[in-house]
Amino acid sequence: MNEPVLHRVGDKLPLLLQSGEHDLCPGCGEPVALRILLETIAELGMAASTVGVVGIGCYTVFSRTLDVDLVQALHGRAPSVATGVKRMLPDKTVFTLQGDGDMVNEGLQEVLHTAARGENVTCVLLNNGVFGETGGHMTATSVIGQRTKTSLEGRDADYHGYPIVIGDLIARLEGAAYVGRGSVQSAGAVARTKRMMRKAFETQRAAKGFSLVEVLTMCPTGWFVPTAEGPSYMGETLAQVHMMGELKAR
Amino acid sequence: MSKRLVEGSEAIADAAIAAGCRFFAGYPMTPFTEVLENFAKKLPAVGGVCVNAESELEAVGMAWGALATGARAATGSTGQGLSLMQESFSEITLAELPLVAFNMARGQGDYFQSTRGGGHGDYRHIVLAPMDITEAVELTQLAFHLADVWRNPVLVQGDYLLAHTAEAVDVAPIDFGPVAPKDWAADGTMSGTGQSRIISPLGIGKRNTPGPGMEAHMQAVADKLARIAAGEARAETGFVDDAEHLVVAFGTPAKFVRYAVRVLRERGLRVGYVRPITLWPFPTEAVAEAATGKRSVLVFEINAGQMVDDVRLAVLGAAPVSSIGGISTDSSGFGVGALLDVEVIAGRIENAVGVAA
Ligand SMILES: Cc1ncc(C[n+]2csc(CCOP(=O)(O)OP(=O)(O)O)c2C)c(N)n1
Ligand code: SF4
Ligand SMILES: [Mg+2]
Repeated sequence: MNEPVLHRVGDKLPLLLQSGEHDLCPGCGEPVALRILLETIAELGMAASTVGVVGIGCYTVFSRTLDVDLVQALHGRAPSVATGVKRMLPDKTVFTLQGDGDMVNEGLQEVLHTAARGENVTCVLLNNGVFGETGGHMTATSVIGQRTKTSLEGRDADYHGYPIVIGDLIARLEGAAYVGRGSVQSAGAVARTKRMMRKAFETQRAAKGFSLVEVLTMCPTGWFVPTAEGPSYMGETLAQVHMMGELKAR
Repeated sequence: MSKRLVEGSEAIADAAIAAGCRFFAGYPMTPFTEVLENFAKKLPAVGGVCVNAESELEAVGMAWGALATGARAATGSTGQGLSLMQESFSEITLAELPLVAFNMARGQGDYFQSTRGGGHGDYRHIVLAPMDITEAVELTQLAFHLADVWRNPVLVQGDYLLAHTAEAVDVAPIDFGPVAPKDWAADGTMSGTGQSRIISPLGIGKRNTPGPGMEAHMQAVADKLARIAAGEARAETGFVDDAEHLVVAFGTPAKFVRYAVRVLRERGLRVGYVRPITLWPFPTEAVAEAATGKRSVLVFEINAGQMVDDVRLAVLGAAPVSSIGGISTDSSGFGVGALLDVEVIAGRIENAVGVAA
């Protein structure tokens, strides 16, 4: 609790947001992750030189309110679109905003190749271990035992296979220069995640290569738990497999 | 003005670069591969970028991103690779981005894919079908112009012969007139101003600068496509006025058909031809006009019969329409088979109109 910025959470509109209104569920972690992203862009003075590429998931609604030049990508395809943007505008800061369904299911090869190529972009993953937008279905990051509408008795390794721990996978690629995994589960976690966000964008600005910030976000609706239990459920489930920390820094 | 003997794939890359194309992404597949190779060789020298994408899905996504910044950008493949790109093709059309795509097809079996679109929803691409390399140089440049004018994707439909034969051509930039400045580009310059931009297929806009909404946006794109259909059809006709029979063909096989028609004229058969240069919009009026009063309309295409549907829709029963083309390929499946022969084509025309061989 030593970051003064924390006291502003929830009571002040971040820069780069045209409106604080949204219709995501109460207790959703995605708006908090978005605030971290926007504050970082503003604080690094990149506001007037940033292009974002947005995937398809619950967070997509923010494309109406983010005051950043944006390209709406297809489900899973944001890393390639970001590649095209960055190759034409190498001096601009380019990020993607994607969910786990978007990045790790539909678009896994996109993000792996973009990282392997050392593409100088920052991918931001909002990982809630579920397809939130479609109503709570299993994704490639859902953990063993997790109940979803397509794993009703809990994810069973024999039947459904094992989760992909995407940050760790990407960290092993030579082209990846920065990989961090944080969460928005608590005020302290928010502060740590924000430092990762900053490092990722600094990595891009120093042209060191690909960067990924994975943010574990609460999805009480898709987890079928009461709103207030979102953070603790995350701690007991997702965060046990997708372990928080800085996975790579170059 | 100097002509140089070049293969079609090189001429196409030269023409695209002459038109200002500065980004290309593709994935190798015969007979398109050399188009990619030529972009890879030539783009860096003009400050452009060519990415050997990891799949066709990535290739079209990268082109999407480059286009969004306002650059002229392209991708391509054979029909197989374009099948993989269809989701992006439909949504790029709704996002109103000026993509140029090249299909160096295996034969002409991709007519439906190109003109109907294999993707979802209501969309069309302008499809230009050059018959030879000289025309490909012009139509490639026209493709970038039309894409910008209409903010709609344009497909250049070629094949093995177009990509792999050589012709003496002069690739000089062609001025098709001005295009509107790309004030819609998402290049980061409007971020943080309260008027930032979004390029989206969804018609949503931003809170401060709302878009028309999904329904109105889709309707606006549909209306635009209707205007393209009404104004951009192109065709070439020959020997039509006194003809009793008409042959319709497109692309490189149309050049064989033109020759066969001349041969048959020398033999006394009154036959003419129509060559659609745009496959979409289909030159309905030109075909209908040429077909008026003819005893038969014959469609020659290297496939099981696809464009013949559009010819029938154009002729609307005013003359009997039949297919005289067919599937014809080499053993590799690249679409260069025994049917691509002037005497064979002339024989099929004679058979169809009842002239004893
Ligand atoms: C090709 C394609 N398949 C499926 C969908 C439907 N779809 C929309 S959002 C979504 C899941 C999004 O999950 P995620 O990226 O994890 O985001 P979340 O909603 O959890 O934030 C899916 C499957 C789609 N839009 N496109
Ligand atoms: S479904 Fe989940 S991710 Fe989507 S808004 Fe609700 S809580 Fe957030
Ligand atoms: Mg999710």
